[in-house]
Amino acid sequence: MYNFDFEQPGSVEDAVAALKEEDALALSGGQTLIPSMKQRLNAPSKLVSLTGIEALKGVCQNGDTLSVGAATTHATVAADGGAYAALAALAGGIGDPAVRNRGTLGGSLANNDPAACYPSAVLASGATVVTNAREIAADDFFDGMFATALDEGEIITSVNFPIPEKASYQKFEQPASRFALTGVFVAKYADGVRVAVTGASEEGVMRWAEAEAALSADFSPEAVDGLTVAADGLISDLHGTPEYRANLIKVLTKRAVAAA
Amino acid sequence: MTEVKMTVNGRAVSGDAEGRTLLSTFLRETLGMTGTHVGCDTSQCGACVVHVNGNAVKSCTMFAHEAAGAEVATIEGQAAPDGTLNKIQQAFQDYHGLQCGFCTPGMVMSAAALLKENPQPTEAEVRDYLEGNICRCTGYHNIVRAIMAASGQEVPAVAAE
Ligand SMILES: Cc1cc2nc3c(=O)[nH]c(=O)nc-3n(C[C@H](O)[C@H](O)[C@H](O)COP(=O)(O)OP(=O)(O)OC[C@H]3O[C@@H](n4cnc5c(N)ncnc54)[C@H](O)[C@@H]3O)c2cc1C
Ligand code: FES
Ligand code: FES
Repeated sequence: MYNFDFEQPGSVEDAVAALKEEDALALSGGQTLIPSMKQRLNAPSKLVSLTGIEALKGVCQNGDTLSVGAATTHATVAADGGAYAALAALAGGIGDPAVRNRGTLGGSLANNDPAACYPSAVLASGATVVTNAREIAADDFFDGMFATALDEGEIITSVNFPIPEKASYQKFEQPASRFALTGVFVAKYADGVRVAVTGASEEGVMRWAEAEAALSADFSPEAVDGLTVAADGLISDLHGTPEYRANLIKVLTKRAVAAA
Repeated sequence: MTEVKMTVNGRAVSGDAEGRTLLSTFLRETLGMTGTHVGCDTSQCGACVVHVNGNAVKSCTMFAHEAAGAEVATIEGQAAPDGTLNKIQQAFQDYHGLQCGFCTPGMVMSAAALLKENPQPTEAEVRDYLEGNICRCTGYHNIVRAIMAASGQEVPAVAAE
């Protein structure tokens, strides 16, 4: 790993100022960034640690919204996110206990790994990603594999999740990486159902519109029986073919509806 | 290099570290505490698990400067000063929970974190908690039996999968 300067500001303002330097990068839990720096896929001149900023941490409920600070660890969301049980369960299923004690919501979203769990929850909940500069709707945030709407130096500060009537995340785990081989998040709101799929598309997390329409009309596993998912554009790797993933999307959607 | 200070197993320590110095490197090379093992250095195997402020973390996936001011606990602090093994370590010996021993520091530290959180875990909970700790030797059954024994519970005769 190349060397860099380490900074640990105490406020969002100071972090934003520190990130103005060229080649400076934010460091949150480091569970993605540190491995990628070891591989020299990233070589920042400066790392600005966000984990000393108290304002970025914690889970709080305001009416029907659950607000989660960007630097909140997966373990904290699992423990304190009970008001949105499906979200807490998702956080409690990420990686392993040591990863959950360091990894954070903001890091997961900024990274937008095509097999990561959190992006599916954000998209299926129609959540709002709050940054130091603006609010970004989930539908506008994810921009293809490892890409997001974030500008350079922009920091996610929190995410506001509308709490659904019912929801469930079903992850078919890739046992070596512990990421989702495919995962489906289904969330039912008064005005309709949203279905988000991770680990399947070459474009990263995506919604499954046909299932949303069918489940909004009839929230039962059978409602998606007649639907098929096209294998075009789905990920092909040694763990699964596009056709296998297409089938998993349907199977996991049914399981999520049954479990919600 | 700048100085970093922390508490390791109750003792105040300090040393110089670069930005990129990993906590595992700081423990092993700066402090000479080689009980914490580095198996993969890619965040996968859990041999390097230590506790930082009471939480199990992979010390190969955290910078030394991130542990500034923290309370760090490592395998060296688990036995009593006279060398008497703690309950978990003793159970690993009694139940043959190690062979080469490379994974053992991480296994013991993960087990300690589990039993602090959940003093009477089920066998399934033990297996689930150890998901991030890889052992190439034992096949895990005896590790699970050791942790069940350390928690004061009945030990499954042949651990079921
Ligand atoms: C063994 C292992 C298993 C894992 N299993 C899973 C899994 O099952 N599911 C899953 O979803 N993930 C999994 N992960 C990934 C894990 O959840 C990471 O913690 C997460 O993807 C990144 O979060 P982080 O806080 O560690 O971010 P970091 O690694 O610190 O940062 C990642 C990127 O995000 C940027 N960044 C961080 N915070 C912010 C912010 N607030 N605003 C803007 N940019 C920011 C950084 O600059 C960096 O580019 C696993 C990781 C490991 C090592
Ligand atoms: S050495 Fe840290 S996880 Fe393997
Ligand atoms: S005892 Fe050899 S790796 Fe676990």
